[in-house]
Amino acid sequence: MRGKSGTLPGNGQARPMTKSASAQVDSHIPAPGSLGTESLPRDRCLELHRIMVRARAMEERMIKMSKSGEGYFWIGGPGEEAFNAALGLLIKKGEGPDFDFLHLHYRNSATMVAMGMPMIDGIRQMAMTATDPHSFGRNFPGHFAFKKWNVTPISSVIENQFVIAPGTAIVQKRRGGDAVTIVVGGESGSAEGDFASCLIWSTRPGNELPVLMIVMNNGWGISTPHGSQHGAKNVIDRGKPFGIPGEVVEGNDPVASWFAIKRALEYCRKERRAYMLEAKVSRLYGHSSSSGAPRSSDPDCIAMFEEKLLVQGWLSQEAIERLHAEAKAEADAAAAQAVQEEKPHKEHVERFTYAPSSVDKVYPGDYTGVPQRIDD
Amino acid sequence: MATMVQAVRMALHYGEEHLGVTDVFGQDVGPPLGGVFTATQGLKTAWNSPLDERGIIGAAMGIAYAGGRPVCEIQFCDYGFNTIDLLKVAGNQRWAGAGNYDMPIVLMTPSGSGIRGSLYHSHSFESWASRLAGWKIVMPSNPLDAYGLMLSAIADPNPVMVLLPKALLRMRGDQLLPGEPANEAALKDMIDAPLGDRTRWQPRWPELGPHFVALGEASLVREGTHATVVSYGRTLPLCAQAADQLRDEDSLEIEVLDLRSIFPYDWSAISRSLEKTGRILIVNEDTEVTNFGEHLLRRVIDEHFYELVVRPRVLMGKHVPGIGLNQEYERNTVPQLPRIKDAMRELATEEA
Repeated sequence: MRGKSGTLPGNGQARPMTKSASAQVDSHIPAPGSLGTESLPRDRCLELHRIMVRARAMEERMIKMSKSGEGYFWIGGPGEEAFNAALGLLIKKGEGPDFDFLHLHYRNSATMVAMGMPMIDGIRQMAMTATDPHSFGRNFPGHFAFKKWNVTPISSVIENQFVIAPGTAIVQKRRGGDAVTIVVGGESGSAEGDFASCLIWSTRPGNELPVLMIVMNNGWGISTPHGSQHGAKNVIDRGKPFGIPGEVVEGNDPVASWFAIKRALEYCRKERRAYMLEAKVSRLYGHSSSSGAPRSSDPDCIAMFEEKLLVQGWLSQEAIERLHAEAKAEADAAAAQAVQEEKPHKEHVERFTYAPSSVDKVYPGDYTGVPQRIDD
Repeated sequence: MATMVQAVRMALHYGEEHLGVTDVFGQDVGPPLGGVFTATQGLKTAWNSPLDERGIIGAAMGIAYAGGRPVCEIQFCDYGFNTIDLLKVAGNQRWAGAGNYDMPIVLMTPSGSGIRGSLYHSHSFESWASRLAGWKIVMPSNPLDAYGLMLSAIADPNPVMVLLPKALLRMRGDQLLPGEPANEAALKDMIDAPLGDRTRWQPRWPELGPHFVALGEASLVREGTHATVVSYGRTLPLCAQAADQLRDEDSLEIEVLDLRSIFPYDWSAISRSLEKTGRILIVNEDTEVTNFGEHLLRRVIDEHFYELVVRPRVLMGKHVPGIGLNQEYERNTVPQLPRIKDAMRELATEEA
């Protein structure tokens, strides 16, 4: 099919859900690899590839920073780029309930890059600068917060985003339209009760919610293999009793991911109900810098995609190497700039604690430390 | 006069009509019950949630992220302990998120002893709550303040926890709310849901007016020069009662401050009173290890040491695992009128 079809099929495409299938309770899709009828055009594939490469370069530069002393701790998303890049391009991006809400986890950097986040904004968080738009130099890397795109603050507390997500979906459901809430977590985090809460709250009879629950299954909870603690075959099987359809997707394949996400979002947008996706992905640099961030031998979604692009004739080896070099240069330049930018000052410790209030006698503006004597 | 729970209900109605409240929710909050204490009867935005405290806090946060203005309830603070990390996130998300999002949520929850509630309906929560940076914490001691603090909690764009003293929810005040009918029976007929079938019942709300009690502003309940007592919630009326008795019996003029806001607390009011009297007692019913009153005591010592004429003190609940159902346990676990009165007399009469 080289050069003829002008599209690239997914590696592990799942069966597309028909409308009737999507409405069924037991409509889970067979494991990846069963069908291969969907494909993406050249331009879209190259766009996905470039996002994946740039997100990887950003993360690898940050890993370096964690080892060089330019930052302290790294955690992020190498290995999840294929799925996350596709997710970022399919989001209805904007601010407020007419647009998709994102309750992400700390491995979603490629989603942010796909949405248009400049590399330097991710790196500013690693460099702990006052210019860091996500956390003012306070939080770990990958802990994004960006109101203009409805990215709610990412917390290190595993899975609590799953109890917050129904709230944004309640407002969206009430409002009408097609905007949905997307919540992302890991497979091991699904052990938390908050995951079950999301199932309950998203399926209250008469109050079903447009929530896309995404489980990024890299097989690990830090050092504990998922299979050693969870007996269920697939995490999404837990949606069955709640009537939540879903599918398992080969998350290392951006094309398969693209169509799975597209199906899921179309279902949530149209039916105004919950859907689950479980993406099988790799974890390429361990849990975080706390485990040394060593490169693992897991399948690399970028390398696998590039093999297909080469076969397809859409990229040459030289072009691939040039793209990687450009991404690395972009990341290096971003890091060089970020480390020179303004750092937080001691006067910044309290900033952004409180929003200004007309009914607070002590803190009409921001927090200023414990209450002091006001001579009135 | 309205009871405190009626005042809360009317504040929520005012919030729906004038302050943009979009959701009042929690377990049993919607019809038919309208809250186990009836605080949410007849409200147009009230709805029932799953029995899931974490889900309740999380949903409130999500509603706020999407532009709503929710008031959520945890039925008893005793069941809020499994939400602590979510409460932390609600309080820190603005700070941690570079000010990207405000978090205009109100959490109301009954707190403290006094309803013969045994282990899990008698907890106090303010000392736990005071450690949740980013939150504002209030606790009224009378219906008018409950109304005014609730309106401010709703209007404030930050997370505000309204701790409602369980023992005082049925108590009446001595001041009318703005717009409240003077006739208690008439008010009850208008806004209390009937027993039995409520399917066709609709409240008839009075034309309520605004009354905002500023967050961080204490109330001077009794003026005096011999000693200062700082309290809030259930123990506040007991302190006022003790002050009245000591004035009549011992000619002691004891100043009583109703803190009303646990955080931010009114340090100015405490400081001013202490400079006048040189003697201070802080009274609450939370357990003594460790107690929010100890924080105030530390500041008193740090900043007013040389103005003190006798040792400052805190009267608190005992550090025990719970409050037992037999009333002998409760009477001897949390401060009651006789102990409070004795402590106040000792404070005011100890030789300098």
